[in-house]
Amino acid sequence: MAECHPVGFQWVMEAKARGATVIHVDPRFTRTSAVADRHVAIRAGSDIAFLGGIVNHILSTDSYFREYVVAYTNAATILRDDFVDVDDLDGVFSGYDPESGTYDTATWQYRGRTSVSAAAGEEEQIRNSGGADGDTGQGGDSQQHGHGSDQGGGRHSGGEDGSQDEASQGARGAGHELGGHGANLGHGQVDRDETLQDPHCVFQVLKRHYARYTPEMVQEVCGVPPEDFLAVCRAVVENSGRERTTAWVYSVGWTHHTVGVQYIRGAAVIQLLLGNMGRPGGGILALRGHASIQGSTDIPTLFNLLPGYLPMPMVQEHGSDSLADYVATIASPQQKGFWTAADAYTVSLLKAYWGDAAQPDNDFCYRYIPKLTGDHGTYQTVMDMLDDTVEGYFLLGQNPAVGSAHGRMQRLAMSHLKWLVVRDLNLIESATFWKDGPEIHTGELRTEDIGTEVFFLPAASHVEKDGTFTQTQRLLQWHHKAVEPPGDCRSDLHFFFHLGRMMRERLARGEDGSGPLERDRPLLDLVWDYPVDEHGEPSADAVLREINGVHLSGDKAGQPLSSYTEMKPDGSTSGGCWIYTGVYADGVNQSQRRKPGQDQSWVAPEWGWAWPSNRRTLYNRASADPQGRPWSERKAYVWWDAEKRTWTGHDVPDFPLDTAPDYRPEPGVGGPKGLAGDDPFIMQGDGKGWLYAPTGLLDGPMPTHYEPQESPVSNGLYRQQANPTRQVFPRPDNPSGPSGDEPGAQVFPYVFTTYRLTEHHTAGGMSRWLPYLSELQPAFFCEVSPALAAERGLENGGWATIVSARTAIEARVLVTERMVPLRVNGRTVHQVGLPYHWGVGSDALTTGDSANDLFGVTLDPNVHIQETKVATCDVRAGRRPTGADLLALVAEYQRRAGITLATGNQQRTPVGDQPSPLTGS
Amino acid sequence: MALQDIRRTFLSWPVVRQLTGSDPTGRGAAVVSDHTRAVTARTETADRVVQSICPYCAVGCGQRVYVKDEKVVQIEGDHDSPISRGRLCPKGSASEQLVNNPGRQIKILYRRPYGTEWESLDLDTAMQMITERVLDTRARTWQATDDQGRDVNRTLGIAGLGGATLDNEENYLIKKIFTAMGAIQIENQARI
Repeated sequence: MAECHPVGFQWVMEAKARGATVIHVDPRFTRTSAVADRHVAIRAGSDIAFLGGIVNHILSTDSYFREYVVAYTNAATILRDDFVDVDDLDGVFSGYDPESGTYDTATWQYRGRTSVSAAAGEEEQIRNSGGADGDTGQGGDSQQHGHGSDQGGGRHSGGEDGSQDEASQGARGAGHELGGHGANLGHGQVDRDETLQDPHCVFQVLKRHYARYTPEMVQEVCGVPPEDFLAVCRAVVENSGRERTTAWVYSVGWTHHTVGVQYIRGAAVIQLLLGNMGRPGGGILALRGHASIQGSTDIPTLFNLLPGYLPMPMVQEHGSDSLADYVATIASPQQKGFWTAADAYTVSLLKAYWGDAAQPDNDFCYRYIPKLTGDHGTYQTVMDMLDDTVEGYFLLGQNPAVGSAHGRMQRLAMSHLKWLVVRDLNLIESATFWKDGPEIHTGELRTEDIGTEVFFLPAASHVEKDGTFTQTQRLLQWHHKAVEPPGDCRSDLHFFFHLGRMMRERLARGEDGSGPLERDRPLLDLVWDYPVDEHGEPSADAVLREINGVHLSGDKAGQPLSSYTEMKPDGSTSGGCWIYTGVYADGVNQSQRRKPGQDQSWVAPEWGWAWPSNRRTLYNRASADPQGRPWSERKAYVWWDAEKRTWTGHDVPDFPLDTAPDYRPEPGVGGPKGLAGDDPFIMQGDGKGWLYAPTGLLDGPMPTHYEPQESPVSNGLYRQQANPTRQVFPRPDNPSGPSGDEPGAQVFPYVFTTYRLTEHHTAGGMSRWLPYLSELQPAFFCEVSPALAAERGLENGGWATIVSARTAIEARVLVTERMVPLRVNGRTVHQVGLPYHWGVGSDALTTGDSANDLFGVTLDPNVHIQETKVATCDVRAGRRPTGADLLALVAEYQRRAGITLATGNQQRTPVGDQPSPLTGS
Repeated sequence: MALQDIRRTFLSWPVVRQLTGSDPTGRGAAVVSDHTRAVTARTETADRVVQSICPYCAVGCGQRVYVKDEKVVQIEGDHDSPISRGRLCPKGSASEQLVNNPGRQIKILYRRPYGTEWESLDLDTAMQMITERVLDTRARTWQATDDQGRDVNRTLGIAGLGGATLDNEENYLIKKIFTAMGAIQIENQARI
């Protein structure tokens, strides 16, 4: 955090000055470690074992916050008795299908449920449907439609083409959507045992699941000595409870894994057990790495989401392609909380998109939205480019030739395009790969043979345009335009507004003057009339107003909405992103608020605007006890004012204001009124924080340790080596190295991890062209321990060649004791650190080999995020070969390691020796 | 050298002034030279100050952009921000160079298929050509239904990958126009 979010880190130091304990868990010793109370060196890719060890410590020492756990989590909820945990199935949960590498999640459900269905309240109809996720109806539907597992096996068996059966594609396409809108729970009525003694209650299942995560196991898997580990456990427990809270802070060191979502879930289990959610100083804080990466998720430029975490529709059967069916996949009217108004959010979005054309009798133009059939994520799309099904590509301030996994695959894919538009501040490597990329140097590509037409359009910088960034705490902050952009530089708002305008003009005429086609109606009916200034720049303020939404009829017609609770499903409101509604409350652009921090409370509610409803801490009802009183005066944040019969406090309460703590809904009541007075987790279908996720995840209801796609060690918990549902791409151009005890694993004996430096930014497009920053960090380097340097003959300041199963790169050597060899499973594991900012090109002030070239493409099944924080390598002294010799070196390594298409791509291990999956009944 | 001159030179040493004057810590008048006194900060002579937000990581530090003669002359931290309290990291502090870097590419470049060098292109022509490319690809790759006859109304011929320094308003228009034209393969750094 001190390296990559230095200014945010001042608050950690403020906390430390007030007595907080700061612990840094990281493979490397960094500037953060230097000022922490304790640095714990951990093996990259082993964090679930570490977190699970803490869970075990909390449960086995009875250190959990019992009152919080019983009232606010699903600890007391009873599960089905046919759920089988990983210890009885050698590393998979019940419901696993080794053919497709996916789960039927029926046995993971709460008791009384089978599979929670797509259709509202009709869960019986899709009983044990075989859907891989079985809860949104999206993955499940594609199975039900009869083209599922019978086509499966291609991806499991390592087929040449890497084809994936459509059912698992559908499931995978749906996965990330759940992360957004929460899992559909059918209804909020559950069986509970508040003594926590029932053997099938979540608490007991959790206790059994983590019993094996002892300090000794943590040492074996993570390389962390028990005394260090127990010191962390004690610190976390002692700094939690009524008087104190502990926060967990993570970045892509947790998400860039084939089990990334489960890492975060691991932290969630700890925080819920210790009562650290919804409270000041608590939480699980994602330190995101880009100015508006939170905004890019909220108002997504992501294939599987619409604004506000509404899902992109999956393909439906004829006759069922209706708005009602779509809304039913998001939430059932019987479940608790605010997702039951998904119809109002969706219709308001459709009104913002298609205006007057969107009417009740045409389902508000719902069918104008194109349909997904599976994973259309960035890595799948790159492989589709290689198959020549993608003709054109827009790169908008993104440099995949350097910043994405498997740079070679990225660059080769771009050489297959018909046309490429690059909009950036600088001539990034993704714009110049055709003349100076690594594949030109190796002879794999020749400039004269590349048919890609490339348009480079220079972009306006942040001070040359108006607009909002959403920072890492959901805060929207307006940045004002200071000057006009120079030359041809333009904002992306300008580019896309005019591209849309010109497309619409041409389509309105029709290609042959015969008028528009049916497929052009969504473009022609689109609301696309933003006011422009004298330079043709559209008004960002007008766009933000549209995002906020307005009343379309009635007394307030034309006025901005003040809250998403004003949205209606009847077409009388519009709003482009329901969670952002309120940013224009009272007709004022709230994101422009700049009341100095020193002139307001410590919560600083009048600086910018946080979604939703300007709340700074989510689920803050949990900062008070079940009776509505602060857990302690010291940690008072939001509480129930019994006299005024309202919730109040330092922040905007995240709860229906007039719902008293002792309110209990009648059975069958859903929505906000279905929330009991002690249901703080208002977006969960049962109002509780989930220690155990009965639905919504594709790879397990509880985090369980798996090794990375490539690992020098075998899984210490069971024979299942890696996540059995990870998304693998067995292709000749995407080889993986052997792991653990497999023959050939010793060819790549070391672990490498990647990271950022304080002085550079991501793939370098905004830093390697700046003189100051390029002078501060002038060259690519690798960090190695003195022991590894001795083992491989590396000299500080000299050169090293790092070889993976994909390629070899060279870096300057930094020998440092900051890298500590770990003892894992009785052997020494060396880790190599690689900053990933550099790329091969000729325009930047500093260039170098790209660390991301070393990685292949293997993804987390829930979110399609690549494992770029850990893989295996060899390290050699000296520079890498060039030209064809480089390819020969890599081929020799692949040969020595015995790599085939199947290597690393068998989801269920060991191959051919598996207990048959038990699916209950 | 006359004794008087030696004394004047000696007495004007900053360390002597620090030890004998009213600035014992040496952080004020004792260490100010005539040259320094003659210098004016760019931030003082700016025509206006515009509030902005740092474009690098997601902490969201406040920036003050100093403008003179319609040029950015300096970018500093915004003391009013309750998030950053006036601080900026090395990247945020260097962001003036993001704007004024002499190597910044401010003209459109065009590489024709199989071409070996960049060529120049004006903005209107580039926009016309890109519009044609998008519409041609869309027409050529349009899927009204999938292979089982279900409505999909889309093209898989056009993809996009955006960085996460895009404004919310920009992302909104990108998603809106991609969705309306049936292009579903729009992605972002947020997945990477």
